[in-house]
Amino acid sequence: MSSPLREIRELTRVRITLMLREPEAIFWMLIFPVILALILSLAFSGDRTQPSRVAVLAGEEGDELAAMLEADDGIELVRLSDESKAERKLLRGSYDAVVIPGEIPEVRYDPERPEGATAKLRVEAIWQKATSPTPLPEMRTETRKETGERYIDFFFPGLLGMNLMGTGVWGVGFAIVDTRRRKLLKRMMVTPMRRSSFLFSFLASRTVFMVIEVAVILGFGLLVFGVPFQGSALLFSLFCLLGTLSFTGLGLLLASRVKTIEGISGVANAALLPMWLLSGIFFSYERFPEVIHPVIRCLPLTAMNDALRAIMLDGTTMLELLPEVGILALWGAVTFLVAVRIFRWE
Amino acid sequence: MSSLADTSASPPIVARGLVARYGELVAVDGIDLEARAGTCLGLLGPNGAGKTTTIEILEGLRPPQGGEVSILGLSWQESARKIRHRIGVLLQQTDFQDRLQVRETLRLFRSFYDRGRDIDDVLALVGLQDKKGARVMTLSGGQKQRLAVGCALVSEPEVLFLDEPTSGLDPQARRRVWEIVEEFKAGGGTVLLTTHYMDEAEKLADDLIILDHGKVIATGSPSRIIRTLEAESIVEFTLAIDGEGPAPALEKDALRALDGVRDIHVLGEVYTLTVTDTRGVLSGLLSFLEERRILTEDIRTHRPTLEDVFVALTGKHLRDE
Repeated sequence: MSSPLREIRELTRVRITLMLREPEAIFWMLIFPVILALILSLAFSGDRTQPSRVAVLAGEEGDELAAMLEADDGIELVRLSDESKAERKLLRGSYDAVVIPGEIPEVRYDPERPEGATAKLRVEAIWQKATSPTPLPEMRTETRKETGERYIDFFFPGLLGMNLMGTGVWGVGFAIVDTRRRKLLKRMMVTPMRRSSFLFSFLASRTVFMVIEVAVILGFGLLVFGVPFQGSALLFSLFCLLGTLSFTGLGLLLASRVKTIEGISGVANAALLPMWLLSGIFFSYERFPEVIHPVIRCLPLTAMNDALRAIMLDGTTMLELLPEVGILALWGAVTFLVAVRIFRWE
Repeated sequence: MSSLADTSASPPIVARGLVARYGELVAVDGIDLEARAGTCLGLLGPNGAGKTTTIEILEGLRPPQGGEVSILGLSWQESARKIRHRIGVLLQQTDFQDRLQVRETLRLFRSFYDRGRDIDDVLALVGLQDKKGARVMTLSGGQKQRLAVGCALVSEPEVLFLDEPTSGLDPQARRRVWEIVEEFKAGGGTVLLTTHYMDEAEKLADDLIILDHGKVIATGSPSRIIRTLEAESIVEFTLAIDGEGPAPALEKDALRALDGVRDIHVLGEVYTLTVTDTRGVLSGLLSFLEERRILTEDIRTHRPTLEDVFVALTGKHLRDE
């Protein structure tokens, strides 16, 4: 019996060629995530050296306090007379804090927003400095936080995980359904091509594209955003491979019986949307009730994001990430096995 | 186990008692067939006659619910991969990847086989040398079909299965496909062809099986099948429809009684006579019509064709107009 290497090589080459000739696919794979990162880094700018936007309800008493705040470089001051308007704008995030003057002034802010907490600290510091003859030394502790705490640092590993999952599931799913729709799968069934070679070619081509995706997106993150990378590059690569395995398997499974492009769109969305929300891309899944955390952690994207984040931000080692290794490997193995079992070739 | 698959000298394609059902519908109802080495066996029949189901059983795409198949002396149950290495298949419809080149498509299919032709040889065989670097989406329908034939020939197969190979092609493109098939046959290859075009069947098939409703209704070489009509020619006429309602129906028995008429079929206003004496029938027919003051749009005669056999056997045309 001859070796299947030649047909695997040709099938993989065709997959790569077709992908490269699909400009839209390249956009979604490489350009879109970079744009997304840029937009989110602007929106959630973690740069605490920016002045806080503070509104003062200016009245007679307010004038003195307003002048003190205005003199500080860390504060961008707006004087307002309408309290309800100030309140509204505070809730919408237009102001980081609103100061109500009085004998003891009041600072209103949203502690959930980092900008709010910063503004509150700044206002308090100015107030204390102005009122106390001997300022407390610890008032000066509020400084710009180190990297690893910025939003982009949190978001970036999740972005990588999300992108690898998206391109894996969509890329594999669409390609299979398209091949089936064209009756090319059926055509291949009357050749001696091994079914395993066909399925394996998707894993091989996805691995090639994974390397390109990670290189471009991670390179961008390191160079442009200065995201930290504390851990082992080897361990990071292992997780990229494991992620590719489980996401390719997921794509194969989702596409295993679908006959139309509309069908695979629906199925893929239904599978991916929950993970986009739950798996900690844009915000930590700690915000969900604790009872469902174990379920969330079993999702492949959660395992991927947790591992990439731990490696990049904390330099976590292999031993501590064994559960994530197991979850991803299990997802890969189970999805592949089930997909092969139920795959429809016609 | 399969008695058909035992002898190495058996014909390249043999099937006995094939049965295939889709739920209640019996698509293939006990078909026997045999293709001799180096010849083309044609399955002719209208859409829905069971041609595609039959050829897909022979190609190993679906197991039959009954009957036996032997391809090159091998059975699908025991030697599927061996058979696939030695056959070439053109499915009724395959859309190759639009953004892949002709050459790349052929190279992919070539990689599935242990032995086979050089890509350049295949390109020459199907006349696509000038298009080897062209993407599939830029090809015409005829060129795409020749690419599909090329993909079936990359392995240098001994048996070629063609399911409706020229459906929807223009006459020139059809002739080019026929030339490739004839060349394959001339090289000693065996062909199994399904078609609903009688000209294609007459042109390519050495032996024919005419199918209707999953059953064999005639077998033999095209000329022998036509001879079974025992007709010198076919006389056809269409009744003229004047403004006042439908044309009057003619008495079929009176027509049949004319000297030299063997058989008669009526489809609407069209009367088809199978005749053994063309001149005698024509003059008899003219006076017959004269006596009854019946006008006709036209009267035509032509040599009997497979279409006429099909009409004679089933009372309907191969293609529903």
